[in-house]
Amino acid sequence: MEYFLELFLGGLTRGSIYALIALGYTMVYGIIQLINFAHGEIYMIGAFTALIVANVLTLNGMQGIAVLVIAAVAALVWSSAYGYTVEKIAYKPLRDAPRLSPLISAIGMSIFLQNYVLLAQTSDFVSFPSLIPDFAFMDPVAHIMSSAELVIVATTVVVMILLNLLIKYTRMGKAMRATAQDKTMAVLSGVNVNRVISTTFVIGSALAAVGGVLIASHIGQINFFIGFIAGIKAFTAAVLGGIGSIPGAALGGLVLGLTESFATGYVSSDYEDVFAFVLLVLILIFRPAGILGRSTTQKV
Amino acid sequence: MKNKNPIVQSLLISLWFVFLTFPVMVIRVNTVEDVVEWRWWNMLWVAVGAFLLSFLWRYLLARKARGPRAGSMPIAQRIAGNRKLLVPFLAGLAAFVVVFPLLFSAYQVNIMITALIYVVLGLGLNIVVGLAGLLDLGYVAFYAVGAYSYALLNHHFGLGFWLAIPVGMAMGALFGILLGIPVLRLRGDYLAIVTLGFGEIIRLVLENWNAFSFGPSGIANIPRPGLFGIELSLHQATIYLYYLMIALVLFTVFVVNRLQNSRLGRSWLALKEDDIACQAMGIDRMKTKLAAFALGATWAGMVGVIFAAKTTFINPASFTLWESIIILSIVVFGGMGSITGVILGALVLILLPEYLRAFSEYRMILFGATMVLMMVFRPQGLIANVRRRYEYHGPDEEPQAERA
Amino acid sequence: MEPVLDVHQLTMNFGGLRALDSVDLDVRPKEIVALIGPNGAGKTTFFNCITGIYEPTGGDVFAARPGGARKARLNGLKPNQVTEKGLARTFQNIRLFPNMTALENVMIGRHCRTSSGIVGAIFRGPRTRREERETVARSHELLEKVDLAEYVNELASNLPYGAQRRLEIARALATEPFLLLLDEPAAGMNPQETLELDELITRIRDEEGISILLIEHDMKLVMSLSDRIFVMDYGRKIAEGSPEQIRVNPEVIKAYLGEEAV
Ligand SMILES: Nc1ncnc2c1ncn2[C@@H]1O[C@H](COP(=O)(O)OP(=O)(O)O)[C@@H](O)[C@H]1O
Ligand SMILES: [Mg+2]
Repeated sequence: MEYFLELFLGGLTRGSIYALIALGYTMVYGIIQLINFAHGEIYMIGAFTALIVANVLTLNGMQGIAVLVIAAVAALVWSSAYGYTVEKIAYKPLRDAPRLSPLISAIGMSIFLQNYVLLAQTSDFVSFPSLIPDFAFMDPVAHIMSSAELVIVATTVVVMILLNLLIKYTRMGKAMRATAQDKTMAVLSGVNVNRVISTTFVIGSALAAVGGVLIASHIGQINFFIGFIAGIKAFTAAVLGGIGSIPGAALGGLVLGLTESFATGYVSSDYEDVFAFVLLVLILIFRPAGILGRSTTQKV
Repeated sequence: MKNKNPIVQSLLISLWFVFLTFPVMVIRVNTVEDVVEWRWWNMLWVAVGAFLLSFLWRYLLARKARGPRAGSMPIAQRIAGNRKLLVPFLAGLAAFVVVFPLLFSAYQVNIMITALIYVVLGLGLNIVVGLAGLLDLGYVAFYAVGAYSYALLNHHFGLGFWLAIPVGMAMGALFGILLGIPVLRLRGDYLAIVTLGFGEIIRLVLENWNAFSFGPSGIANIPRPGLFGIELSLHQATIYLYYLMIALVLFTVFVVNRLQNSRLGRSWLALKEDDIACQAMGIDRMKTKLAAFALGATWAGMVGVIFAAKTTFINPASFTLWESIIILSIVVFGGMGSITGVILGALVLILLPEYLRAFSEYRMILFGATMVLMMVFRPQGLIANVRRRYEYHGPDEEPQAERA
Repeated sequence: MEPVLDVHQLTMNFGGLRALDSVDLDVRPKEIVALIGPNGAGKTTFFNCITGIYEPTGGDVFAARPGGARKARLNGLKPNQVTEKGLARTFQNIRLFPNMTALENVMIGRHCRTSSGIVGAIFRGPRTRREERETVARSHELLEKVDLAEYVNELASNLPYGAQRRLEIARALATEPFLLLLDEPAAGMNPQETLELDELITRIRDEEGISILLIEHDMKLVMSLSDRIFVMDYGRKIAEGSPEQIRVNPEVIKAYLGEEAV
């Protein structure tokens, strides 16, 4: 029972991270129908930025929660900046190109960013300082759920709620929904689509950065390649939930996280990464619209 | 960006990139010795680089917006269109290709064989991506299937190279069809990510299923291609393989060319242009896509066998995602759909890093950048696909595919 | 005579919107039938449901080649299977293959009546060559029929608007249909072109001996061409009859001109 609970909470933690990254995929896909392959790299850069900033601060004698906060903010800022720039360079010039073009451009961008970090930083795994403190009140349950896991799940919940509010109630949120529904109509009713797209990339990137910082601090090491696998899995989560749907991303992340946790726990850990792919293939075959997605008929 | 003065604009862009790249480019923490390196020079490079490149970027964008200049024909087309140039050019090329292994060292010939392997892989993927417009990011999986088919069947049953070729092709086709049937019904962009996942699954299985694939340690002592049972020295075997590869390239070019100008090739093109109209005209979308996907996989399977025979040793490390990316870069860089383009693309992208060792470290980052830049500025690739169109000249004449 | 197309109670829902509501319609051999109605009435949706592009929510579609085999049920068939059965269509917003020549566009239409595959493509044996020759010859004939021979080697996207519409008709004819579905074939044509279209459609019916179902807004064209007319509004069929009957039908006048006109 305890093992089950441990796996469940582990799955919840994984799922939270996948959900945070999946949001970026889903939002971008909802608005420009592009799989932003570089999104995983944005997450990786978020983690690296946090690592660099945290290390510089710690080496200068700073300690405690302040390091976490500053590092997280830095990750947020820079990830967003990268997301914004990537869109301007690799996707914006291709708005009217055939569908294959932005997709190839996205893959190119993903490879570019991976190797950029590899060359500018290192190809090795680097250890990430554990920035999340151990809370005393978690001691009794520490053997099944660590403080870090609690922080990850809690942060994810808060972020999700904030995002939902933003999309429901702000002007920008409404513009985003309008653009996702019908770009031409949105333009006609005065929405600045370029701004909406940029904002979508910025928000998605910021969410990925949050995920990056949390998971890096939890797992304790990162390298330039972490974005790739995480990216595919988060995309799987997005598709699972129903691409384009924000609650779908959360749900998909959760389902994927739990599936992986139980599958590695009870079946085999050699094939940890295979489960996600298999799930992805299965969902695409049997329910391509995802759990929460509605299947629509393309207008002809 | 409101300011229209290009210098001010470029300065702003330069500033932005300095900010953007600051943590990653300037700071590096050595966690072993706990010291921070501040690499301020990098900041300068970024600033100057971004400033200059932003001019180039704007210039290229403007040039693209203007469209192709009238009257300017690309070199390749000019050569191809002019018999007086084409014939001597082809003759010279053929002569060079034939004498190449006699003039150069075995080392050079080996590199050329590698490049030729990529030429064929590129042409194979070109069927899928260039002709049928299906983005396959797991192409290497079929390559691995071919290579392991030969290696394993040889290891267990002593299957020879020449028999392994059709077996590798069949295995590639089989895997292509098995994967294709479920995923080709999906939207194009899903196909990209599913094939990506599939490529990784195959690699992970090869790495972890020791009993089947011998895991990461791989399979050694795979025989080289045989020549009527004659014993060949290493050098002779290399030369033999070189000519084999040349023959294979010619065969592949012939096949791709035939496919392009066929009923099937036309339906691929139509499917790329408008898949709804295409179906309404009676074309089975699934079958048409599957034909391309399976053909691509067949070729990868075949080249996999040759690769195993060339290196005589294979392990999962030869079949990573990067291989798929390299092959895709070749197709994108050379020109999707263009046979000459893909051949040239493979030679440039494989030979250049071999000879410019200093630059091999930057290989992948340049591949990534190439893909983005090609899509933004020259989506048709190095050599645009000069598609042959059916020219109608009269009722009794043999229909002729001619260069447009 | 047995109808070539027999539609029963066809219904199509998009989420909450009922775009087609129990529509009945039939087309007989060599008949020209018009489907009219205000914008958004569901006419294009009707075509899409028949040709397998949408899957209808309810109802049945039967079709039979005149003098041919039994009636076939078309529901649940894919668009290409419907075309193979002998129904071909054009699109309201022209969907040609823009980077293919006029001839190649029509050749695509021949696809489902030819058979050479991978092996044929690679070896290009006598059978494949003959098939290709016939494809070209037949496609060219069709271009001549719709009066586009002058554009044979021109890219579809370079053709004038009216010519593009006619090219779509030629492409559809290449699939050897017994029923041709035309979605607003005269849209965007000038009066001269419309007149020629009128003549072309009649000629196709007479020469090819096929039935034609067309959606059209140009009343003059509809009245002069049609043997029978079906009228739709808000997804429902509100009238059917000869042009004379439709002209004076109060329901139709109301749908077209609004309440006050009655
Ligand atoms: N794929 C679709 N999804 C949702 N609504 C659709 C779709 N296709 C058509 N509609 C709706 O169905 C109604 C009928 O449209 P349509 O058949 O195009 O009308 P018509 O051709 O008579 O002008 C319209 O309200 C249209 O918005
Ligand atoms: Mg319509």
